[in-house]
Amino acid sequence: MIGVELRKLVRRPRTWVSIALLAALPTLVAVFLAVSDVAPRPGTGPAFLSAVLDNGALFPAAALAIVLPLFLPVAVAVVAGDAIAGEAQDGTLRYLLIRPVGRTHLLVAKLISVMAYTLLAVLVVSGVAYVVGTQLFGSGPLPSVSGTELSTGAATLRTVLAVLYVGWSMLGVAAVALFLSTLTDSPLAAALGAIALLVTSGVLVALEAAAVVQPYLPTRYWLAFVDLFRDPVLTRDLLRGTALQAVYIAVFLGAAWANFTTKDITS
Amino acid sequence: MIRTTALTKRYGKVTAVEDLDLHVAEGDRFGFLGPNGSGKTTTVRMLLGLVLPTSGRVGLFGSSICRDSLAQIGSLVEGPAFIGHLSGRANLRLSDAAGPRGSRSSRRRRIEDALEQVGLSGVDRRPVKAYSLGMRQRLGLASALLRRPRLLVLDEPTNGLDPQGIREVRDLLLKLNAEGTTLFLSSHLLSEVEALCSRIAVLDRGRMVLQDDLSAFRRPTGLIEVRTPDLYQAEQLLGKRVEGTAPDGLLLVRHDDPAQLNVQLVRNDIRVVTLRPRLRSLEAAVLAATGNGSDRLAGAKDPR
Repeated sequence: MIGVELRKLVRRPRTWVSIALLAALPTLVAVFLAVSDVAPRPGTGPAFLSAVLDNGALFPAAALAIVLPLFLPVAVAVVAGDAIAGEAQDGTLRYLLIRPVGRTHLLVAKLISVMAYTLLAVLVVSGVAYVVGTQLFGSGPLPSVSGTELSTGAATLRTVLAVLYVGWSMLGVAAVALFLSTLTDSPLAAALGAIALLVTSGVLVALEAAAVVQPYLPTRYWLAFVDLFRDPVLTRDLLRGTALQAVYIAVFLGAAWANFTTKDITS
Repeated sequence: MIRTTALTKRYGKVTAVEDLDLHVAEGDRFGFLGPNGSGKTTTVRMLLGLVLPTSGRVGLFGSSICRDSLAQIGSLVEGPAFIGHLSGRANLRLSDAAGPRGSRSSRRRRIEDALEQVGLSGVDRRPVKAYSLGMRQRLGLASALLRRPRLLVLDEPTNGLDPQGIREVRDLLLKLNAEGTTLFLSSHLLSEVEALCSRIAVLDRGRMVLQDDLSAFRRPTGLIEVRTPDLYQAEQLLGKRVEGTAPDGLLLVRHDDPAQLNVQLVRNDIRVVTLRPRLRSLEAAVLAATGNGSDRLAGAKDPR
């Protein structure tokens, strides 16, 4: 079943269109930067962007920071929101369950397919950004945000960790969208519901008056992957973010499982 | 094959199916009839484990609903459904790979067999969204036949087919039944059930009102239809036995033995064009047992 879901993912045009769009946005930013040669002043704009003009090897991290606040979570929410509700809307859900595919089994397969999509998206974005960055800006030894130089091995390790951290954060989004996807037969409603939660969280994170709830908001620690490129690595927010996402993932996946396995399928 | 005991499903205050005791034996061609909204689909969904009953239980092949029993069922529930941008064959391959008991080595052959059976073996690589309604219906049947099931649960299997297609599907189902497949056919089309089924259950407002062999429904009424050009002479001869006449030369005669009646008429030089016993129609039996469909919402008081 997992193989079937992955095949469905790969054979779906939407998968590749959305990933192409995700990779296109940082490329567009890079082209503008290269043509105008005007970088955002340090400390403004997306993370790392002020430094990429000097070193294109930093562009993958910058690209992740560009797509992370909105584009990537929207793509993940759409794919995860479609997981069950999309099958329900097309009427294929009942035939899958009659075949029979166990409900827990199906949910796990869907989750793995969404994770594969997320990882694929993050990898393509970083890969394209690396090629674009080094071609447009040239590459040098990777400097850390703190100014010291990183060895190639350390830089690669940190980039891999950053990709995993972003992937873990997106899994939190996927869990919420997957839960909503088991509630409704409309993939649009599920995706929009998850996006609404993220927008709410984003607004509250920026609001000082909401400081009390901020440590518990899903988007609060998303950009903490930047800390991986500091020297030494600032682990405080990274660990908190990882733990917080683990709670979101556990709670919403648990709710999705509980709802889906006891639900009447009337679609 | 299927045995439900006191099967009940409530949605909040609405009772969709109440106290249903259904029994389908191996080799049956079972027709499940009822007006729209009578609970047919809910029952079918409960049989297949999609809807969980409020109370009562479903037995399949002598055990409860499980992976193993569901794997022996082929089904078509409320129209076929496919992934629109893939071809029919690709859909069947994915569907077969999804569940248990779909051995990879025999997959290609089983898919071709199933397509052949439903008359789609020549189908090309175009995506399912470009299929006509009839082609989708055939592909849905092929999907149900993929695992060579012991039991076929079909909801309106001839929906969207032209008369030729309906005939083909009917012949296919009869052939499968002759080879040992049990059929469970849910429909609101009396003619379809009458043409195909050997046993019939009728559902009305969630309750079973009839469950019997088709032959029991279609018992003789004791009336014989006689068509003759010599209407007047025939009426004279038969006298009080004539229950009614129609202007086009049809005579309704109360008589126990059609053969005897024929002899009597011919001996008296009355020409007989056709003569046949009138059977109670399934339609009359079903209409007598059921009320209006729930899609009719007239203001009249509930007749019960």
